[in-house]
Amino acid sequence: MTINMGPQHPATHGVLRLVLELDGEVIVKTTPHIGHLHRGVEKLAESKTYHQVIPLTDRLDYTNAMGNNLGYVLAVEKLLGIEVPKRAQYLRVMMAELQRIAAHLIWLGTHALDIGAMTLLFYNFREREEILKIFEEVSGGRLTPTYMRIGGVSKDLPDGIEEKIKAFVQSFPEHMKEYETLLTKNVIWLKRTKGVGFISKEDAINWGVTGPTLRGSGVKYDVRKAFPYSSYDEFDFDIPIGSVGDVYDRYIVRLREMEWSNAIVEQTLERLPKGPVLSDNPWIALPPKDNVLTDIDALIRQFKIASEGFQPPKGEVYVSVEASKGELGYYLVSDGSNRPFRMRIRPPSFLNLSALPKMIEGSLIADVVSTIGSIDIVLGEIDR
Amino acid sequence: MIIMENSLSIKKLKEKFPASVLEVKTFRDEVNVTVQKKDIFEICNFLYSDPDLQYQMLTDLCGVDYFPEQPRFEVVYLLYSMKNQQRLRLKVKAGESESVSSVESIWKAADWLEREVYDLFGIPFDNHPDLRRILLWDGYEGHPLRKDFPVEGPDFDKPFVPEV
Repeated sequence: MTINMGPQHPATHGVLRLVLELDGEVIVKTTPHIGHLHRGVEKLAESKTYHQVIPLTDRLDYTNAMGNNLGYVLAVEKLLGIEVPKRAQYLRVMMAELQRIAAHLIWLGTHALDIGAMTLLFYNFREREEILKIFEEVSGGRLTPTYMRIGGVSKDLPDGIEEKIKAFVQSFPEHMKEYETLLTKNVIWLKRTKGVGFISKEDAINWGVTGPTLRGSGVKYDVRKAFPYSSYDEFDFDIPIGSVGDVYDRYIVRLREMEWSNAIVEQTLERLPKGPVLSDNPWIALPPKDNVLTDIDALIRQFKIASEGFQPPKGEVYVSVEASKGELGYYLVSDGSNRPFRMRIRPPSFLNLSALPKMIEGSLIADVVSTIGSIDIVLGEIDR
Repeated sequence: MIIMENSLSIKKLKEKFPASVLEVKTFRDEVNVTVQKKDIFEICNFLYSDPDLQYQMLTDLCGVDYFPEQPRFEVVYLLYSMKNQQRLRLKVKAGESESVSSVESIWKAADWLEREVYDLFGIPFDNHPDLRRILLWDGYEGHPLRKDFPVEGPDFDKPFVPEV
């Protein structure tokens, strides 16, 4: 029998369509159909200046906007070969890690909801709201902050925000205990997740799976450790890994990851250096707004950068960051003009989803729902 | 870890396929190796299975269109070796309507990535088990990431009504 699941199905996390071929209740073959949310971001980027692409990246994986920003600006900075002030690097890490917690909270809430544990969603969205409020104060946007700039970040922290972040960081371990009490040793949860959606170490690597899904299978690969960027090598954190590679392992890995992210945010708060938050390179970074209103040179610079942008040298770079879903890479090709000649986004969810048919082969139809939840896909990123 | 032009991977590659390695270029500490299109499968297979290199992961595979240069397309393979923590970027040039050997039998990750390149650039892959469009629907005309494809689309003022 053939069953069509999606594209409007609450458990497919967006507009994913799966065609399942069944033998009784056992899955024989799965064919995912994607592309319902294709907006052509890679094509659009070719007609925009480098600065104008930043807002597009917010809308890839809309639960992890800060991480997407970060990957893109790092790629452009590598192309230009410029240094970023230390304070800006720390602020980037702080925001990216807060965003990782927020993204994992959405995952936990919706994943548990799919399996039938409804209470957790309300708890998760309560904490996520705190993070979004912090983002709103810092950048002006909740879901699409567009906070990072080429050469730094858009603005420094507003007054009093550090106390709010500290309050969040201190209260978060208590909340983690609440989630764990509801799920980790819950019999129904264990029955629905243990031994389900299994993928072995070798298979996961071969299918190009990254992020918590790969680490759940026991591979210690994290871009933050393997290719440290934005001063990640100065923070103390560990990479949690699973042992079996089933849905439960991925759940545990993401929980531990949230705790480590929380620890990293705490470290950035303690060690936050003083100084500028944007590079002083006059050809790349926008001048401060106060100067633009009083100084003719700054006004001209502002106009030139906003209208023309800058021209990086001819060449190509690949930079990847550890986004909440996995390795998010940007491959930028420059032809020496003020627009990217080609921007390729390496979407982690895309490759993680391509391994889904492998994970659910031979399992029951009810397990499809928990497996999709466990690989944490966002269709905005898969379809681009 | 940064891979240098004199590193083991490049040395071994040049030793094993002296006629295939066309160009080795470094930009911002990243090595780009351009190889001949006909040997891409053997090269990938060698890099994957060599015990010293073990490029077990195909991180990315994408296309670039250099229209109106000839040959216009470039297929870019980004490999990652977990053992050495090294990345390697391979490139092959392909002309219009020329096909490239699929590496799907080496890395399963290439399955969807090659379908995407086929969909958005129109580069066919030989020996791919399931070469269909992936992001756009079957029956769509044109390949959007080609440089001669208008950014607003050729049909933007003509609504698409599928036949029922």
